[in-house]
Amino acid sequence: MTDALTLSQVKKRFGPAEIIRGVDLALAPGERHAIIGPNGAGKSTLFNLISGRYPLSSGQVQLHGRRISGLAPHQINRRGLSRSFQITNLFQRMTVFENLRCALLWARGYGYSFWHLVGRQSALNEEAEQHLEKLGLQKRRDVPASLLTYAEQRTLEIGTTIAGGANVILLDEPTAGMSLSERDHAIELIRNVTVDKTLLIVEHDMGVVFDLADRISVLVYGQIIASDEPDQIRGNAEVQNAYLGT
Amino acid sequence: MSTSNFPGGAIVRHAAVWIAAIVVIIVMPYVFTSSSSVSMMSQMGVFIVFALSYNMLLGEAGMLSFGHAVYFGLGGFLTLHAIRAVNDDVWSFPLELMPLVGGLGGLAFGVIFGSVSTRRAGVTFAMITLGIGAMVEASANMFTNFFGGESGVSGNRVTEVTLLPFSYGPQIEVYYLIGAWTIVAALLMFLLTKTPLGRMANAVRDNPERAQFVGYSTTIARFIQFALSGFFAGIAGGLFAILFEIMTAPNVGLIQSGAVLLMTFIGGLGVFFGPIIGAVLVTYMQIALSGFSEGWILYFGLLFVLMVMYVPNGIAGVIVSHFAPWQAGLAHRFAVPYLLAIVPALLALAGLVTMIEMGYHLSLAYDPSRPIELFGMEITATSVAAWVVAVALFAAGLVALRWVAGRIRQRWGEVNQAMDAQRAKQ
Repeated sequence: MTDALTLSQVKKRFGPAEIIRGVDLALAPGERHAIIGPNGAGKSTLFNLISGRYPLSSGQVQLHGRRISGLAPHQINRRGLSRSFQITNLFQRMTVFENLRCALLWARGYGYSFWHLVGRQSALNEEAEQHLEKLGLQKRRDVPASLLTYAEQRTLEIGTTIAGGANVILLDEPTAGMSLSERDHAIELIRNVTVDKTLLIVEHDMGVVFDLADRISVLVYGQIIASDEPDQIRGNAEVQNAYLGT
Repeated sequence: MSTSNFPGGAIVRHAAVWIAAIVVIIVMPYVFTSSSSVSMMSQMGVFIVFALSYNMLLGEAGMLSFGHAVYFGLGGFLTLHAIRAVNDDVWSFPLELMPLVGGLGGLAFGVIFGSVSTRRAGVTFAMITLGIGAMVEASANMFTNFFGGESGVSGNRVTEVTLLPFSYGPQIEVYYLIGAWTIVAALLMFLLTKTPLGRMANAVRDNPERAQFVGYSTTIARFIQFALSGFFAGIAGGLFAILFEIMTAPNVGLIQSGAVLLMTFIGGLGVFFGPIIGAVLVTYMQIALSGFSEGWILYFGLLFVLMVMYVPNGIAGVIVSHFAPWQAGLAHRFAVPYLLAIVPALLALAGLVTMIEMGYHLSLAYDPSRPIELFGMEITATSVAAWVVAVALFAAGLVALRWVAGRIRQRWGEVNQAMDAQRAKQ
């Protein structure tokens, strides 16, 4: 079976500094894969390379066996890869419902239409309502995104990321800054909404990582030093040295 | 499920607003019957369409254009050439539909220039529109066949080719033609905000990056919005051409572009009806003030600066900010401080106007000691006493206004608290 996401010898240079120094990674379809590593290891940069936010210096990224490196972010998104951001990235002046509906528009084939009224598209609105329910944000339906609590914004961020139906999902520190109960709720949500999807997640919270991931890769100084199942990673001496510090 | 998903009530409310607008347009000439009023109201219609088209860029898509008169003006010139062609029996096309010629022209130039300018957002976009505006204005002096040189292009709107049994010679017939187009264009632009393109224009404005990560090219969304905005600006230009029967180079120029920015901003960007208020007010002031004072452009500048500094959401923004207190039954609590504010505001304004008018009189009049008439009084600009009084009025007004402003802020605090308390109870 073709891998859902394949990185081969991905490198990124910013001027003289090489931040990503040759990353190889393969995610099987349906796999939940976490990337861990110390601050400044290049985790977010790696996400930005995969999602097309930055161009690669060299190497290649493939989605379901087709090359996506070199494409614009919106083209990569249309091929079925969606991502969230470490810093919440929503349509701030729109309501929660509008945010979700906007996340559905392209996937449901509306394109740049200026001859449909969105209020009249009952299937589209129904679907947005379903996402709203799944996220547990019904009560906040008509509140502008900017007025949500931090945890609600993070939830909506996850919601807009998965709403379009992409089958490869990148989540960048989805639980950062949350309280313990909010975190548990977020993990449950992520587990639910990524069923049958391939998930790549960057996370600092080891509890989340070991709870959620089928496999873990350790990124240190722009290179993956280990990639294995959670139990193996926990026991890996090199990883403990470099990162886990126990 | 929430009611706003099945917007039956909203549709009725919206329909009521549009029907009211149509009634207003029909009734106005019976209220303001003089030919100068009808002419002024016709201009208001033209600029409502133009300002709404501008807000498709600035308000809806966050694109600050300094060259929107290009599409307005070129649409107007094309319409007038089309009318002249009918005058000369070259072709036959009903006058009622002539604004479409302007619209299609505006669309075509929107496509051409938009393909360059919309590749970038923000400052780059603004600079490119400024450049294109300057370029088109300059080319008016080069292509004199099209732009008519110094004297411009003129035509006769009484083409005798019409759909309805009107000649469109009388001012009032043109007024109703413009009124009909204003309603149609405004309704279309309103509906446009409810389409996928309209939603994504907002999305690109709020967060271009997220827009890309839900599958949209920000460039294409901006481009289509820009081209359609050119279409409506062109319609406005076509109506302008029919109204005045003459187009000159300044109609495509930077001053005209600045005027539409001014209208839209003063009216308010964030609300659909904002630019309508701005267009009506600025057109009125342009016509009324230019008869009253040599310094009318100065007054505009002052108004604009004050609005940007103190009322950045425009007049519509101020109106909308009172909806919530109104619904909470607390709006009456503003009555006293607002009425209190009127007196010092008028004092300061009177002082300021006196200073400006005396200043203009001193520097421009043949005989500066000849008195000027202001507020029903004769004022001598060379008299020191007049200046002292004017400055004193202005200063006293400002001081009192500051005091009232404090009261108003305080009252807002109280009302906000009261509304929070109401919400907490529910």
